[in-house]
Amino acid sequence: MSGDQSGGENDRPETGAFFARDRAWHPPAFAPGYKSSVLRSPQKALLSLDGTLSEITGPVFGHSMLGELDNDLIHNFAKPGESAIGERIIVHGRVLDERGRPVQDALVEFWQANAGGRYRHRKESYLAALDPNFGGCGRAITNGDGHYCFRTVKPGAYPWPNGVNDWRPAHIHFSIFGHGFAQRLITQMYFEGDPMIWKCPIVGAIPDRRAIEQLIAALDWGNTVPMDARAYKFDIVLRGRRSTFFENRPEGN
Amino acid sequence: MAQDLGYLKETASQTAGPYVHIGLTPNFCGIGGVYEADLGASMVNDRTLGQRITVTGRVIDGAGMPLKDALVEIWQADAAGLYNSPSERRGAADPNFAGWGRSPTGADDGMFTFETVKPGRVPFHDGRLMAPHISFWIVARGINIGLHTRMYFPDEAAANAADPLLARIEHRHRAETLVAAGRTPNYVFDIHLQGEKETVFLDI
Ligand SMILES: [Fe+3]
Repeated sequence: MSGDQSGGENDRPETGAFFARDRAWHPPAFAPGYKSSVLRSPQKALLSLDGTLSEITGPVFGHSMLGELDNDLIHNFAKPGESAIGERIIVHGRVLDERGRPVQDALVEFWQANAGGRYRHRKESYLAALDPNFGGCGRAITNGDGHYCFRTVKPGAYPWPNGVNDWRPAHIHFSIFGHGFAQRLITQMYFEGDPMIWKCPIVGAIPDRRAIEQLIAALDWGNTVPMDARAYKFDIVLRGRRSTFFENRPEGN
Repeated sequence: MAQDLGYLKETASQTAGPYVHIGLTPNFCGIGGVYEADLGASMVNDRTLGQRITVTGRVIDGAGMPLKDALVEIWQADAAGLYNSPSERRGAADPNFAGWGRSPTGADDGMFTFETVKPGRVPFHDGRLMAPHISFWIVARGINIGLHTRMYFPDEAAANAADPLLARIEHRHRAETLVAAGRTPNYVFDIHLQGEKETVFLDI
């Protein structure tokens, strides 16, 4: 994990603490409509603290760790010459911070159900068929512009045990590792035009409609590859960090 | 009206769901051949400096059951108290220690495990040294936004007593929830999501 940082403002490592997290924008820990949260949500107040070195620092993931097919879910689990079944799509976008600056060298990991809505997992019980050529995981590292991209099949919706008849809208899970441990984020991407988004208790745990709309990838016709794959664009925003121009910390920034 | 600050909103968190292991530790959950090894599975090599330690533990829900579908990440300084990060300006950390680890909680017993080194001390904002600690981040089905906390060491009583973060915990008895059990070199850090022993989680 070594950084080959290059280009522009990102060359200068930043040492400011992160903007305070707007917890009213995120889903609360306790959201009874999503039943799993009931026994898994802390009930006491969080201890608030301006980030120390332990939170503002983080590892760097080098592009060299990536394999050639890491961002190609259509092929990275498929037998040679075969490919995953489903609607072929490209998902791409930028990882930015709250100041609108690109986050370079961010590790973006993604996982999803197959085109029928079935996960490759021994605890998965949905009757939809497994696709022998689909594993369901991939990863990428953002370039100097904060851009990432991958190729996959559009995941299917699936039912899940929560209410009597709850279904997850089609979604891709995202894990993003920016520059500081306190920036760590896991979220889910949804697809433009899916009416099921608005029926989902997990989505519904997010209090602000604008925060939900920020999770919906837009069909990106301009980047659609003719006769091959449609494109969806999904930008991700990580916490921004304060400038340190006038800070004079004893540890010697 | 004033100028628009032009800031963006952080993307909202969503639960990692029941299958976070597919994405972040695929080899662990039987999806072989995509990645050579699971990221963050090994933290030390034979040239890493410092005292080897093992940290194990469970993430326990409000009914007392250990989570078997959770994922735990840790981040820590090297043995000299330096972070292996571009934002670390005090010196160069041990090149044989990235300081970051990732562990699924086991499908059988719900245990996470990290083989690492004991971290050195790192300064707080005002220059005082914090007690040696390891930062934790926990995600799972039912956790809507990842939980941050810290583990401190039971054999560092004097340093813990002077630690600026531990000192800010108003309910004094709750500070104990951040101190591991066990002793050198095997520490046990159970994380309680709810109840009497609810771990102190951080908004950092
Ligand atoms: Fe899912």
